[in-house]
Amino acid sequence: MHAVSCGSERPVARFRIFALVLGVICLNALGNLSLAWGMKHSRESVGLNPLSFLRVMLDPAVAAGILLLILWLLSRMTLLSWADLSFVLPLTSLGYVLAAVFGRVFLNETVTGAHWVGTGLIFLGTTIVGTTDSKTSDLRESEQP
Amino acid sequence: MKWILLSIIVFATVFGDLLQSYEMKRSGEQAVDVKGLARLLKMIASRKYLLLSIVCMAFSFFAFMALVQIAPLSFAVPASAATFVLETLLAKFLLRESVGKRRAAGTLLVLGGVLLLAR
Repeated sequence: MHAVSCGSERPVARFRIFALVLGVICLNALGNLSLAWGMKHSRESVGLNPLSFLRVMLDPAVAAGILLLILWLLSRMTLLSWADLSFVLPLTSLGYVLAAVFGRVFLNETVTGAHWVGTGLIFLGTTIVGTTDSKTSDLRESEQP
Repeated sequence: MKWILLSIIVFATVFGDLLQSYEMKRSGEQAVDVKGLARLLKMIASRKYLLLSIVCMAFSFFAFMALVQIAPLSFAVPASAATFVLETLLAKFLLRESVGKRRAAGTLLVLGGVLLLAR
């Protein structure tokens, strides 16, 4: 285990990382929205009974939400193979902003002044983290001959 | 009960993310195509830490669903956002990531933003 300095990364490599970050954020927000929509409109009440969970999964919106969240998990794993955890976490938190926007647009939730300040802080924080090297540690297994 | 659920969320999220990041770092860069997807699914089935990380995420997900049933979202989201700081610190010490002043400052700003969004 050792830290590696990446120096200035190639623009193409950085673009690829940011494109995947965007994909991860969108998959998570859409998956959660679809899941919440399906749960809200499902006639099945979900209790502690696992069978009620299985029944509610048959709802098309819930099933689509679960599928999107599986894709989110796989794309996030790929992203973690490209970049540091401490780099990915703040960047993907832009999803909180997207969730607030979806809440405002689709669920008619109110957006307060504190929300706008919070959104600004998240943008500022992700921009600052986005200027740091995306990968600073290398734990790769040695290649087999 | 809500503190027990919160503890499960924090522990499961932190442990799961660290394990996942560790295994993905070890595996090297993965491709975003059908071949890459197949390789990823094979890896999940064969690497126990990766499988364990998904189990942790499932625990965190269901504990979060249970928490929002008994506590307001304005408690659940900021409280679970505490994982941010803990994960960044542990990534520095366990995964040997370089968390400089800029990355630390950005992470704290994001944390502040999440807390405000949850109000």
